[in-house]
Amino acid sequence: MEMGFRWDFAYEILPQMLWATLNTIIAAGVGYAIALVVGLFFLLGQRTPSKIVNVINRELVEFIRSTPLLIQLFFVYFVLPQFGIKLSAWLCGMITIGLHFGTYLSEVYRGALEGVSKTQWEACRALNFSTVYTYRRIVLPQAFPIAIPGMGNYLVGIFKDTPLLSTIGVAELFHAATAVGGYNYRYLEPYTMVGIIFLTLSIPAAMWVRNLEKRVNVAQGKVK
Amino acid sequence: MSYFAFLAEHGPTLLLGTVTTIKVLVCSTILYVIISMIFGLMRLSKNPAIQGIATVYIEFFRGTSLLVQLFWVYYVLPFFGLSLEAFVAGVVALGMNFGAYGAEIVRAGILAVPKGQWEAAHALNFSPAKRIKRIIIPQIFPIILPPAANLTVELLKATALVALVTVVDLTFEAKQINSITWLSAQCFGTALLIYYIMARFALVPFLRWLEVVAARKVGR
Repeated sequence: MEMGFRWDFAYEILPQMLWATLNTIIAAGVGYAIALVVGLFFLLGQRTPSKIVNVINRELVEFIRSTPLLIQLFFVYFVLPQFGIKLSAWLCGMITIGLHFGTYLSEVYRGALEGVSKTQWEACRALNFSTVYTYRRIVLPQAFPIAIPGMGNYLVGIFKDTPLLSTIGVAELFHAATAVGGYNYRYLEPYTMVGIIFLTLSIPAAMWVRNLEKRVNVAQGKVK
Repeated sequence: MSYFAFLAEHGPTLLLGTVTTIKVLVCSTILYVIISMIFGLMRLSKNPAIQGIATVYIEFFRGTSLLVQLFWVYYVLPFFGLSLEAFVAGVVALGMNFGAYGAEIVRAGILAVPKGQWEAAHALNFSPAKRIKRIIIPQIFPIILPPAANLTVELLKATALVALVTVVDLTFEAKQINSITWLSAQCFGTALLIYYIMARFALVPFLRWLEVVAARKVGR
């Protein structure tokens, strides 16, 4: 077997890898969209007046957050069919990622809502605004900028966790690399290229999030 | 087959896997703490070369996926003549990946030590090494332990990935039992529960205890 990096081989598999990258991006995007919505539901469960719902919600979030995404993927993928629910690997992956990161996002939302000072609520009360109006016009516009950095971080986080989807057979970048590597008995180039593609996508994304964070801090007057 | 029969038959195997998971967790925790200390300090160095190396290291390991790094260490390093045992490869990949995240925590912790402490150490004519070792490091623990605790829980979850490079840990055993019995709900459900118990009732209380000890040590 030839040692060292074979550029011709890398060039040969490049188109295949780039196509698979598209799948990775789609997976991350869809998973993130689901997570954003699921996070709202967990937030709702946390803020309803019912004590029982609060407790169940908290325990559920705790459970999802402290168990590995990998086994959650296996669980959804292998167990649901036993109850007659047949979902594709893609759908299973998206649901699991959405649930897993939804719990994290609900914490981001909670932190953002608590970041809005209590006096804002009191002022709205004094002005006799309805709850809906208070949320829509006063609280959410102030909470949203606080949530942005956390939300951005989890977008990058989901992106970096998409390779796990390959374990249940979702044809994303890492899956393609493993397939190509297995077919040609060369893992050096495919896996190295996966690493480089991840770097070229996630470093700018992380920088963008950091930049956003700075701008939010400036807009809120938090910078000394 | 009832759940209890399942546990009686496969419980011991899962527990054996759990022991391996704990071993992986302990080894990679030690490695990641060491790496984060070194690179956290390097990140604050005034020497641009040292600082640059640390920045590249941190950005590289935070910018790529842990699974990719793990497979790279296990499947690609042999191309360069370096074959690691699965367990070692797993620990190295986990330690290096989490070390990059930990380095940022250490850096933030050192920056959070009040400036007066540095100045006082300076005024007392402590050497730079002594300043760091005797004055700054002992004070960063109460600051860095809460975020480091979160990171360590993430590490426990991440150890599941080493199953994919054939380390026979809890996840590996669960997959194995699943492929023999097809009792997916039981075996993955049990594995999830074991991870949950480890995180919630062992690791987190232990880390909270460490936080209390560290806070007491600096007199808070």
